[in-house]
Amino acid sequence: MLKLDLDQNLVQRARAAAGRITGGFQWLFDGYSSYTIERTVLRLMGIDGAQEGGRPLPNVIIDHLSSQKAMRKGAAVWVANAMLARNFSAQEVAEAVASGELDLTALPMAPADKIYTCLNDLAAKMLDHIKAQAQKRSTMFDRYGARRTPAIYVIVATGNIYEDVTQAKAAAHSGADIIAVIRSTAQSLLDYVPYGATTVGFGGTYATQENFRIMRKALDEVSEELGRYISLTNYASGLCMPEIAAMGAMERLDLMLNDAMYGILFRDINPKRTLLDQYFARMINAYAGIEIQTGEDNYLTTSDAIEKAYTVTASQLLNESFALLSGVKPAKMGLGHAYEINPEIENSFSYELAHAMLTRELFPEAPVKYMPPTKFASGNIFKTHLMDAMFNFVGQLTGQGVQLLGMMTEAIHTPHLVDRSLAIENAQYIFTAVKDLAENLELRPDSFINRRANSVLQEATEFLERVADEGLFQAMALGEFAEIRRPENGGKGLDGVFERDQDYYNPFMDRIKEELGL
Amino acid sequence: MSKIVKPYGDTLNDGKVQLSFALPVSPDAHGKEAARVLILNMGFSEVEITCLRDLGEGFTHFIAYAVTPASVDTTKLKVKVVETPVMDMETTDEYVSEHLGRTITVVGACIESDAHTVGIDAIMNMKGYNHRYGLERYHSFNAINMGAQVPSEELLAKAREVSADAILVSQVVTQKNIHIQNLTRLIELAEAEGLRDKMLFICGGPRITHELAIELGYDAGFGTGSYSTDVASYIAVTLSKQGK
Repeated sequence: MLKLDLDQNLVQRARAAAGRITGGFQWLFDGYSSYTIERTVLRLMGIDGAQEGGRPLPNVIIDHLSSQKAMRKGAAVWVANAMLARNFSAQEVAEAVASGELDLTALPMAPADKIYTCLNDLAAKMLDHIKAQAQKRSTMFDRYGARRTPAIYVIVATGNIYEDVTQAKAAAHSGADIIAVIRSTAQSLLDYVPYGATTVGFGGTYATQENFRIMRKALDEVSEELGRYISLTNYASGLCMPEIAAMGAMERLDLMLNDAMYGILFRDINPKRTLLDQYFARMINAYAGIEIQTGEDNYLTTSDAIEKAYTVTASQLLNESFALLSGVKPAKMGLGHAYEINPEIENSFSYELAHAMLTRELFPEAPVKYMPPTKFASGNIFKTHLMDAMFNFVGQLTGQGVQLLGMMTEAIHTPHLVDRSLAIENAQYIFTAVKDLAENLELRPDSFINRRANSVLQEATEFLERVADEGLFQAMALGEFAEIRRPENGGKGLDGVFERDQDYYNPFMDRIKEELGL
Repeated sequence: MSKIVKPYGDTLNDGKVQLSFALPVSPDAHGKEAARVLILNMGFSEVEITCLRDLGEGFTHFIAYAVTPASVDTTKLKVKVVETPVMDMETTDEYVSEHLGRTITVVGACIESDAHTVGIDAIMNMKGYNHRYGLERYHSFNAINMGAQVPSEELLAKAREVSADAILVSQVVTQKNIHIQNLTRLIELAEAEGLRDKMLFICGGPRITHELAIELGYDAGFGTGSYSTDVASYIAVTLSKQGK
């Protein structure tokens, strides 16, 4: 059996250092909230829709409360109070605020127990719906069988949700297990989630609740047709991380890109905002049984994939540790990595194999997510197709959980129908050809691959121990991650972070924590 | 003297071309005939459909070979390319200190909706790409990389603030020609603000050509296969020629 001989002492040290780093944020998680967390609460209370001009109602309420300096109790209490005073639904309250007819802070406060009862009833109702969605997913997998390993993951990215549906169904017919609807390129920095079905986007399609619903329905139909459950994924990232997680939970998405630090490093979103948002977003994902996926491939596309291989390992361990704090189980952690070494380098394949095995063996229960060559993909589609084949070889040989298929036209355009189909054919050929090959192979203990994996682990361990001594925010400010400096009070979205009052209440977080045993 | 050429398969001027496309037809004899006639309608002859693949949802993938009657006279072409010589980092640094005697300030960004920094990073970041260090590594350059999704206004404000010698704009996403809109917007703003002639405007990206860049009102454009060395040499030589 193909297996590394990893230094277990290093494994323990690395995990301990990651735990020390992520354990230092309880003050943030317990003492603060953010505008998108409050908008998530409003959405989970049943508020949806947008004003004319497109401003979503959850944003309208937050604008209203923040202009009255009333955010520190959390949005839920104010809306529940208005529901009781007017005998309105949450949606009716939101509409009244949007029309300018209702000032939430002008009403007399109902007794606290009445407000809590109102909110807990709403929470129970929504959480029951989310649990029913998770149950439906389990039933489908029971009926049709578990996902293959590695699962075949492809993207659709036309900008038009209806065109995406055609491409997604075609991909499912060709053999895809997971469909990702890539988001429009500017969405991560929008501090609101657009509303309704959308047909215009750039480099992708907006993540909206209606778009989620349209695609889920189409994939349910094709799942039934094919007798194989086709999973759907999107991106709980950017400035609306928990809102998108909530929308995904309601509409039964099955996976979510949900990295703890990606927004900070690669989108310049404020560090406090990001860590706070991921804490709640991942809790929602955990509750809904949604598999999270992380974005470590970005470390390799922005730096040298051999020199900086350890940053992937370090980030995986941090993502794992943060995810555990939110109640995500290892079996739902799609930790990321990528096949991004310069193909001109001698023995590049051995390096890739070492790195892929390291990820696989450090996280044995996790459905790790393997990303394809992109940096050295070129207009030479024939060579890119060949690189994708080598990538698929490593994926099957090392038993990756999810194989995000490379496209021969990666460097040219968002995939055409034919590109995606050829990518799936490539993967299916290789996966079948080398299906059980790993059982026949063994590594020499002194082999390059074994030594390389241990040396990456060693570097990652030393790096994490240094960051643990320094503190994560300090390390980010110094540019220790991805060679990018991110000061604690810099970046986008800090103005949407606020300190909670004593009487702050988030009915969903309390209940989810209780049920997840946090 | 003209030089007329046609595609080459295995015999000079045999005109052999490889084609691959999808059609919304079924993967059967009827669909195959549709593909064959389509290729004939494109002006090809001797059409050979070598592969049909069912793509689902009523689509079929065709791979075909055919012969084109078209040819091109390569002596009649007009191509706009960046004509400055390409120097390595050390040579550029020496060139700048000899010809300009000062540091060159460059501000770069992925503008507007574009979130893909891979191009601008390859040119500007210390690390560079494929064994060519980025502009940050050059002694003769003060390189400011503003990153992704930078509004045109902010890029121009920064360039004005630091009295930049050149602006570098990367556009990777090109769906629905969004890159053209973004690049046009930047140049229009620069003109309105009176900055256009104060510095070099350079754009880059997988779908950018020098010709397109000129057409959009830029000084130069760098497409696929360009490195920091191409960009740095161009800036150094052009500034020196302008006597700046």
